[in-house]
Amino acid sequence: MTYAIQAEGLVKRFGKTTAVDGVDLTVQSGTVLGLLGPNGAGKTTVVRMLATLLRPDAGHAAVGGFDVVKDADRVRTMIGLTGQYAAVDEDLTGFENLLMIGRLLEIPTKAAKQRARDLLDHFELSEAGNRSTKTYSGGMRRRLDLAASLVATPKILFLDEPTTGLDPRSRGDVWAMVRELVREGTTILLTTQYLDEADRLANEIAVIDHGRVIASGTAAELKAKVGGQTLDVRPTDPADLDRVAGIITAAVGTAPSRGVEDPGLLSVAVDDAQSLPTVVGRLQADRIPITELALRLASLDGVFLALTGHTAADETTEALAATTGGNR
Amino acid sequence: MTTTAAAVGGSTPVRRIGPLRSARHARTLAWRALVRIRRNPEQLLDVTLQPIIFTTLFVFLFGGALAGMNRHQYLQYVLPGIMVQTIIFASVGTGIGLNTDIAKGIFDRFRSMPIARSAPLSGAILGDMFRYVASFAVLFAYGSLLGFRVQTNVGLALAGVAVLIAFAFSLCWIWALLGLHVSSPQSVQGFGFIIMFPLTFGSNVFVTTGTLPGWLQAWVTVNPVTALTNAMRGFYLGGPIATPVWHALAWAAGIAVVFAPLAVRRYPRIA
Repeated sequence: MTYAIQAEGLVKRFGKTTAVDGVDLTVQSGTVLGLLGPNGAGKTTVVRMLATLLRPDAGHAAVGGFDVVKDADRVRTMIGLTGQYAAVDEDLTGFENLLMIGRLLEIPTKAAKQRARDLLDHFELSEAGNRSTKTYSGGMRRRLDLAASLVATPKILFLDEPTTGLDPRSRGDVWAMVRELVREGTTILLTTQYLDEADRLANEIAVIDHGRVIASGTAAELKAKVGGQTLDVRPTDPADLDRVAGIITAAVGTAPSRGVEDPGLLSVAVDDAQSLPTVVGRLQADRIPITELALRLASLDGVFLALTGHTAADETTEALAATTGGNR
Repeated sequence: MTTTAAAVGGSTPVRRIGPLRSARHARTLAWRALVRIRRNPEQLLDVTLQPIIFTTLFVFLFGGALAGMNRHQYLQYVLPGIMVQTIIFASVGTGIGLNTDIAKGIFDRFRSMPIARSAPLSGAILGDMFRYVASFAVLFAYGSLLGFRVQTNVGLALAGVAVLIAFAFSLCWIWALLGLHVSSPQSVQGFGFIIMFPLTFGSNVFVTTGTLPGWLQAWVTVNPVTALTNAMRGFYLGGPIATPVWHALAWAAGIAVVFAPLAVRRYPRIA
């Protein structure tokens, strides 16, 4: 089996709204696919169809080699799902939550208890294990939710916005766990509206907007597709800004712009790396001290903007303002 | 190679989910329901206080006013009926609980797991049995304190509890279906009251059928709550048992046969 997940032409309508409008996806075994898109793009709906929670209106999908509609029960033996809302029982303790999952999976009670303890330990929840999960912080809850998805040692894991609403430290924890799972051979489909998250974790990224995949490839491919690189130069002394700008203009042919929030940084779009040595040579000849000099690919934020015509953050804010509940 | 099986790891081997496995899944989820009650004993507050309030109100408010009976006689008459009403009111809790679960997302986890489709529903319903028993026990104790006496024997009294719970078990499926359809626990309660009021008050729980106008008598006679109330009076006060029990159980079976499959079918379709 080369592909852990294969979807073709998935469509899902809710009344008159078409939430998912013909999505094709493939995820190779043992890799991470980042499904990147703003709120309401259809990411969650795609995940829910692949995780057998929703029946597609058209198209088909195979997860672990089995059809998500015809062989839903077989698919369920292979997957783990961590949704946007931590799916744990608030009245139960962390230990009881994991024990319940283990017993539902028909792991013998003794082994299920051991598995629960091991997972709590692994996710640094041992101390909180006997406390009702009501008392857990957002990050702890998310870790428990992830642990609950792993009781069965799933081959394929769906993580639906696993870090939304987490503080930076908890976010880092989740990232570390994802990397570890991938090392152990788990295939992961991760949805996110954070470009840097997709950039850091995913082997491949599919950008989804209005229910369609509008671009896919590795992060580097996507950045290259949108084209261009950016040359950043920061003179040590801000008094040199004008002189440096002159040198860059002469070498590249266009005048650099100053950073809006960072006026000490000069940036200019370049087509290739050729102009870099010229700029460096001129700066050295004029003995202008420089603290930063970099040629970088366009950021994923830029990619997203170029592909969708809007930034991820804009739509997120709008969507958040428009809906007080969740997007399910 | 003998290592093949081990390589599969912890994932459950694919087997058809038969009745035995379904029962095991349901048992685990019933355990969950009981743990939740233990953590939140206030969940039992409504089902225990409500029968006390109803008994007090009806016995002291109407007990003296109803023709041909004094307060003591009315207590004997009304308590088996209030047992029925109590159980019916308590059974709505199943739908409310299910609806709350769905809103919290834990149902997504259950539905993404290789467990019987019926288990989350039947598990919740099994766990709710405890609430019915608790509710019944409080009502019985309070009734006895006011002067209610079983006029038959222990065996019949226990049989009465069994029939009552069997009826509640069937009725639960209506609330389960409702809980899977509406958007909030409050709506379950709202719809629940619309169904429960004509069922419980439009019956012979509080007054004898003979005192009612003809059209209401017609409803009261076909109302399953009337049959169940008659059965309970038979079990606790003496009198005919077989016919009303048969009627009540036939209703219970009918309700379960219609609503249980509807609820189980609805369950995987929740969006």
